[in-house]
Amino acid sequence: MLEPLLYCLRSNGVNVGLNEWLAFQRGLKAGLASSTDSLFFLGRSLLVHTEADFDAYEKSFLMAFRDLEVSQTLIEDLARLLENPLDYEDGRAPGQHDFENLRELIEKFQKTLEEQNKRHRGGNRWVGTGGTSPWGSGGRSNTGLALGRGKGMGTGIRVPDSIDWGVYRQDQELRTRDIQITLKALRTLERSGPEVLDIDESISRTADQGGEIDLCFKQDRANKVRVVLLLDIGGSMTPYAQLVSQFFTAAGQTSAFKSLEVWHFHNCVYGTLYSDEDLWKRTDTETVLSGLTKSHRVIFVGDASMAPWELHSRWSKDALNGLGWLARFKKRCPKSIWLNPEPERYWDHPTIKAIHELFPMFPLNVKGLKRAIKELSGGY
Amino acid sequence: MTKTFTGSSSYVANEALLASVNAAVTLKRPLLVKGEPGTGKTLLASAVAESLDMPFIRWHVKSTTKAMDGLYTYDVVQRLNDSRFGDGDISDIRKYIKMGPVGEAFLSERQVVLLIDEIDKAEIEFPNDLLRELDEMAFYIPELSETVSAVHRPIIIITSNAERQLPDAFLRRCVFHFIDFPSEETMRKIVDVHHSDIDEEVLSAAMNRFYKVRRTRDLRKPPSTSELLDWLVVLAAAGVSADKIKVAFPFAGVLLKEENDLHKFNREVS
Repeated sequence: MLEPLLYCLRSNGVNVGLNEWLAFQRGLKAGLASSTDSLFFLGRSLLVHTEADFDAYEKSFLMAFRDLEVSQTLIEDLARLLENPLDYEDGRAPGQHDFENLRELIEKFQKTLEEQNKRHRGGNRWVGTGGTSPWGSGGRSNTGLALGRGKGMGTGIRVPDSIDWGVYRQDQELRTRDIQITLKALRTLERSGPEVLDIDESISRTADQGGEIDLCFKQDRANKVRVVLLLDIGGSMTPYAQLVSQFFTAAGQTSAFKSLEVWHFHNCVYGTLYSDEDLWKRTDTETVLSGLTKSHRVIFVGDASMAPWELHSRWSKDALNGLGWLARFKKRCPKSIWLNPEPERYWDHPTIKAIHELFPMFPLNVKGLKRAIKELSGGY
Repeated sequence: MTKTFTGSSSYVANEALLASVNAAVTLKRPLLVKGEPGTGKTLLASAVAESLDMPFIRWHVKSTTKAMDGLYTYDVVQRLNDSRFGDGDISDIRKYIKMGPVGEAFLSERQVVLLIDEIDKAEIEFPNDLLRELDEMAFYIPELSETVSAVHRPIIIITSNAERQLPDAFLRRCVFHFIDFPSEETMRKIVDVHHSDIDEEVLSAAMNRFYKVRRTRDLRKPPSTSELLDWLVVLAAAGVSADKIKVAFPFAGVLLKEENDLHKFNREVS
């Protein structure tokens, strides 16, 4: 009876293993789930290993047990409602949704539930509290379903937790701390530098030899990763300024790199880069390029959206067009990537496509950043 | 199941937490507690011990801690010293073997609650190094050619501040619980458990101020429960009135520990 939960979880990207699933079964046998609430919590504590998946778990739980608990009462309730709609609520004007057909309403409800990806209050479409959608709790639509503690059925599926776990999802917005943790993965430690006395090893070897002093030396471990950050500023990037500045702060606070250089540009990289956000202090791109080696990791942050001529035409003084300059970075540092704050679904813009062909491009969220770091790690 | 955890006189637990603790106890799996610093992760373990009436052993993990340290340590230097200067009998290795917190928990005559605190502080491989010992509840001491097995399986509680990702194999063996930041209502209960004697008006004003600070964007380090509790003590000790808290931000340094954050609010208030 519980298997749907397992498959819902897996299809929502929560990789539950057999081991955890069996533990969950043992928990049920031991009587740890005496109510829907405790079933919900037991499952969550055993099947989910990170708060980032709590939201997906909530969704899966709702999906898996939707049919079990809702259908019967829901149908009865709807039948009564459609028979005599005016009796349903005390004479208030009907809401904007009037459904001829009971089946249509149920189907639409289930579809909405599937589409819905977060807790919702107000509005006219989603399942949630308030608002004028035909489903939810405490709303104003007269021809609809009431879930949870609302008028009507009262036994609908709901989750016992009052916290919006959506904020912990990793495919949504970034928090400074997440960025820092992710960036840390980029560090590669290598043995280098002068040899120093390894006290522990010396003592243990000396002891092993019954007191015959034996000195051991080792090299210190040092971090070799050098990062260059190129940030797009202004124009179409303005809505993402907060996000980019967060990324910038996090990168600056990470002690994981041997060095971190930050440059700014507007729209695309041309012959000049700027060391300040106001695009005031200029440096020749040529100079920056000459300081780069294969071991540098170059991270561009920008929406890559501009008029095509800005990418493909040359500025009067410049030897290269925008794409040409970008290609030089790529050639100089093969480990270069582009982080784009625009959601992935808008990436069929011509200039985004052109830049995407040159650099591996990732969305600027936790998941995207993790993939980006993987791409940047290792090698050289 | 003989005993269940129901919270304690000094610890406010919600239903989700109770479910996790009891699942861990019943299924004999370690309980991994994750959450922001200052949300009472460490306190939880001692509350469980108190509620189940069991001895409490704490292993505080640091960046230099090795998994071996938790099992036992072999004091080679002492033995070498003794062999050179002839103090005592060095043929008895047992004298130089000292049990770590895990070893102690295994050997205890009564079932204990073992807290492995801040596991994420240690090296990345640390949790994996403990897997076998925690699975089999036994470890081998090569110096003695002996195996130490747990007399009673300890209740293991592990805390993590999410400084780094824990290995998957390790996570799969744990019962997971995430402590979210308490809502205002829960926070009232927590404050009540710790300082029930605080003036209601001062408390309301202080809570208002506290949640306002928490909601501020871009704080380097948002204040947590433990800081709020400290702040209330300071406010009470200094006899600050509710009106003062409404217009000013007295003893801001107790809540905000980063210079930048403090500046932000100093500017705002003045």
